[in-house]
Amino acid sequence: MNWFWYASPQTFDPLAGRMAPWFALAAALLAAAGLYVGFFVAPTDAQQGEVYRIIFIHVPAAWLSMFIYLVMAFWAALGLAFNTRLSGMMASALAPTGALFTFIALWTGSLWGRPTWGTYWVWDARLTSELVLLFLYLGFIALQAAIDDPRRADRAGALLAIVGAVNIPIIHYSVVWWNTLHQGASVSVTRGASMQSQMLIAMLLMALGFWMYSIAVTLVRVRCIMREREA
Amino acid sequence: MKPRHRKLAAIGGGVVALGIVVALVLTAFQKNLVFFFSPTQVAAKEAPLGRTFRIGGIVEPGSVKRDGVDVRFVVTDTAQGLPVVFSGALPDLFREGKMVVAQGQLREDGVFHAREVLAKHDENYMPPEAKEAVEKAHQAAKKGKP
Repeated sequence: MNWFWYASPQTFDPLAGRMAPWFALAAALLAAAGLYVGFFVAPTDAQQGEVYRIIFIHVPAAWLSMFIYLVMAFWAALGLAFNTRLSGMMASALAPTGALFTFIALWTGSLWGRPTWGTYWVWDARLTSELVLLFLYLGFIALQAAIDDPRRADRAGALLAIVGAVNIPIIHYSVVWWNTLHQGASVSVTRGASMQSQMLIAMLLMALGFWMYSIAVTLVRVRCIMREREA
Repeated sequence: MKPRHRKLAAIGGGVVALGIVVALVLTAFQKNLVFFFSPTQVAAKEAPLGRTFRIGGIVEPGSVKRDGVDVRFVVTDTAQGLPVVFSGALPDLFREGKMVVAQGQLREDGVFHAREVLAKHDENYMPPEAKEAVEKAHQAAKKGKP
């Protein structure tokens, strides 16, 4: 199979158009199921009461905010190395969704922090590095918008995206490396999950839903960018 | 090597080099990135005395005493304990045996005068029935040991 076949906007465009509605449908179904399990099936938390239910939005949004950045940096690096036109467009299409999820993670975390920690915001390593991520996304969008020639905008943005990727492991390991107010991860690949299974299922369903939503929106947005640039 | 492979290698090398630089910078600033000090670090005089800093640890069970608006409790990391005094509203999750982070100053009397007390939540989520079961198991285990 020739992977570069779909690297050309002309061949990718109809494929993206056909796939987007299916991803959107999957996102709606998964999010509905996740919200149902999260709000009606999962039990109350022994310590926090009902406030904890914000994790069904907060944690998936935070995961996606980091994951989308890595995907964006991957496309950016690909574009820089192979000079494919689609790569830059994909990176540009991903940035607004990543910024949205970063904002949602910060916002919901702040609303949760007030009743549980006793404060909306502290400058600990986890919260600060996630805020830096939001500025990286906004910086990427602003930088691309500031340069008129799309090829030069792609190259400048790609450099920023790749350099900023250093922040992702810092966000992830901040709660391990330093004393932070933010708690450690409740779900880990090596240690399993330290939460009740219905809570975990709701969180994973929401994460999958957010993921499918990101793919659907990115596909629609990349088609818009293709039309903008080719017009 | 084709030019595109050379480019890819350059990007990869750049990312690795940048990662090393950031790792070195973060190690150099390690002390300033600490959100709070443990009672052991305070006892070892690693914390900046006379200046505002944060301490973190577990509220020692049975140590919480309220007199008027003041709350007195001991923050411990199981090795060292540090007495804390605070006047104000405590967060909902402030419990004996749970983590707190307090911001304030250590006075000459050896008591940490906190201006702000935050509860640090742990990563465990469980329904009330499961928590009761865990506590019962703990108590049973304690009774079993002489």
